[in-house]
Amino acid sequence: MQESKPKSTSVRLWLWIGGIVAALVLAFAIFMVTMGMRMNAVPSDLDTSTTQRTENGVFNVSYIASTDTVPVNQMHAWTLHVETADGQPVEDAAISVDGDMPQHGHGLPTRPQVTKYLGDGDYLVEGMKFQMAGWWVMDFTITANGQTDAVRFNMRLQ
Amino acid sequence: MKLSRNIAILSIFLGLALVTTACSLSGRSRWSDEEVTALRTLWIGNLSPPPADPSNRYADDPRAAALGQKLFFDTRFSSNGQVACATCHLPDQLFQDGIALSRGVGVTSRRAMSVVGTAYSPWLFWDGRKDSQWAQALGPMENPVEHGGNRTLYAHLIAEFYAEEYTALFGPLPDLSGLPRDAAPIADPEALAGWEGMSAKDREAVTRLYVNMGKSIAAYERLLVPGESRFDQYVEAVLNNDNEAADEILTPDEIAGLRLFIGEANCTNCHNGPLFTNNDFHNTGVPAAKDLPEDIGRSKGVQDVLADEFNCLSIYSDAKPEQCSELKFLVAEGHQLVRQFKPPSLRNVAERGPYMHAGQFATLEEVLNHYNTAPEAPAGHSELEPLDLSEKQVEQIIAFLKTLSGPLDADEAWLTRPEYSN
Repeated sequence: MQESKPKSTSVRLWLWIGGIVAALVLAFAIFMVTMGMRMNAVPSDLDTSTTQRTENGVFNVSYIASTDTVPVNQMHAWTLHVETADGQPVEDAAISVDGDMPQHGHGLPTRPQVTKYLGDGDYLVEGMKFQMAGWWVMDFTITANGQTDAVRFNMRLQ
Repeated sequence: MKLSRNIAILSIFLGLALVTTACSLSGRSRWSDEEVTALRTLWIGNLSPPPADPSNRYADDPRAAALGQKLFFDTRFSSNGQVACATCHLPDQLFQDGIALSRGVGVTSRRAMSVVGTAYSPWLFWDGRKDSQWAQALGPMENPVEHGGNRTLYAHLIAEFYAEEYTALFGPLPDLSGLPRDAAPIADPEALAGWEGMSAKDREAVTRLYVNMGKSIAAYERLLVPGESRFDQYVEAVLNNDNEAADEILTPDEIAGLRLFIGEANCTNCHNGPLFTNNDFHNTGVPAAKDLPEDIGRSKGVQDVLADEFNCLSIYSDAKPEQCSELKFLVAEGHQLVRQFKPPSLRNVAERGPYMHAGQFATLEEVLNHYNTAPEAPAGHSELEPLDLSEKQVEQIIAFLKTLSGPLDADEAWLTRPEYSN
C-alpha cells in the first residue's frame, strides 16, 4: 500500500504535465495561426505593378502619382499613360475611372476624373484620394480607335 | 523512466518559452515592420503644419487671428447677448461642451464637435455641410438656436466695437447708415424683410464684412492643434528601438489595446493618421437619437455644401476654381451617403464624452460595445461587422484610448478669453 501510493501520484503528475504542455503548445499554435490569418488578408501574390496590359491586350497602361508615393487621406493626381500594344501613344481616348477596396466593399471617397490630355498618350486624372490604408484597386475603362478595354491596378497603401 | 522525465521537463521548458514569446508579442513592445509603419502614421511627429487654406487669404495673418479670438469669445454677437462661439466650444474643455445637444439661444440637434485640429479637415460639421473653417464659423452665427443673430446686426457691432482692427486688416467699413439693425437671408421674417429691402450693393457689402469675420475666426481656430500624448511618447520610443523605455510609458494592457486598435478591431479604417480621423464620412449604424427628427447625415450635407453661398467656388472664397478639388470631385449622390457622419479625431477622446453626433453614448464602454456588436443602422447601411472582442479586449482598447489624452500645442494666450472692453 505504502509502495503504490507515490507511484500513482507520479503518474498523475506526468498526466498533468503532459496536459499543460499540450495546452501550451495548442495555445501557441492558435496564436501563430491567427497572426498568419491577419497577415494573409491580402493576396500574397498581389501584382502592384504600375504598368499593366488591359484585359484583352488592346492597350498598355501605366500611372505615376503626383506625390512620391500614393498617399492616404491626401488629394492628389495621377498621370495615366496609354499606349497601343505595340507601344504607340494613344490620343483622344475616353477614359472612365473607378476604384474600391475589395475587402471592404466600399468605394473611393471622391469621384476622380480625367480632366486633361497632356499629350504623348498622357492623361491627367484629378480627384484621387484614398481614405484608409490597405488593399485598393483602381479600374480604368479606355475607349480609343473604336476599341474598348479595361485595366486594373492594385495598390497596398500604408 | 529517467529519459522520459527529462523529455517531459524539456517539453515544459519549450512550452513555457513558446508561451512567453507569444505573451511578449501580444502584450509588450515587440512590433512587426508593418505594425511599426502603422504606428508611425498615427504618431503626432508625423503631423505636418495645417495645409494652406487658399479660400482664406487671411488664414495665416496673426492680426486676423487676434481679431478672430476676440470674436470667438464675444457674447455680444448673438440675439440675446449671451452666446459666443466659446459658449459651446469651451477652451478649458478642448473647445467642446461635454453635453449631448449643444445650447445656444436654443437647443441644437447635434453634439458640438471640438474645434481642435479642424484646420486639417476638408469638411466641417458632422455631415460636412461646410468646406472651410471660415464658412463653418458663419453657420452658427445665423442659426436661430445657436447665436440667433444676423449679418447686418454683426456688421453694426463690428463698426461699434472693432472698427480699428477691422479696417487695419480689411480696409474701410461699408456705409451702414440707413441699414436696418437686423437683416439677413434667413428664416426670421423681420430679418428677411429687412434684407429684401436692401440694395444688392449693400447686401454684398454686409456679406463681405460677415465673411471677413468668419475668415478672422478661422485664422484663430487654425492655431488650435493637438499636442503630444503618452501614446506619442511611446511611439517615439518604439521608433528609436528603445523597447525598454517604451514598456515604461504604456502598460501591457494599453499596448494590447493599441495592438487591437491597429489590428483586428479595424479602428484605423476610419481613425487613421496622426489626428486619428480620415475626415471622410461613414455609416457605423449609430442609433437614432430619441426625440429628434430623422438625421440622414452626409446625404443632406453634400447637397448643403454644393448649394452653400460660402463654399470654395463662391465669390467670397479667395481660392481659384482649380484649388477647389474637394468640392469638384465630391461624391454627390448614392445610397452609401445615407446617415454617414464624419469620424471625429480620437485625440483626447477620453476627455470629451458623450459620444456620437447627438451624444447617443455616454461612455467609451457604450461606444466600444456598439462597435463590438455592430447593430443594424436605423437608415442606410452600416459599414461595421461584429468584432466579437472579449470583455478584457474591450477594456484594453479603452485603456489605450486614454493614452491619447494630452495638452493642446498652442500658446497659452490663445487658450484663454482675450482681454477686451466687453
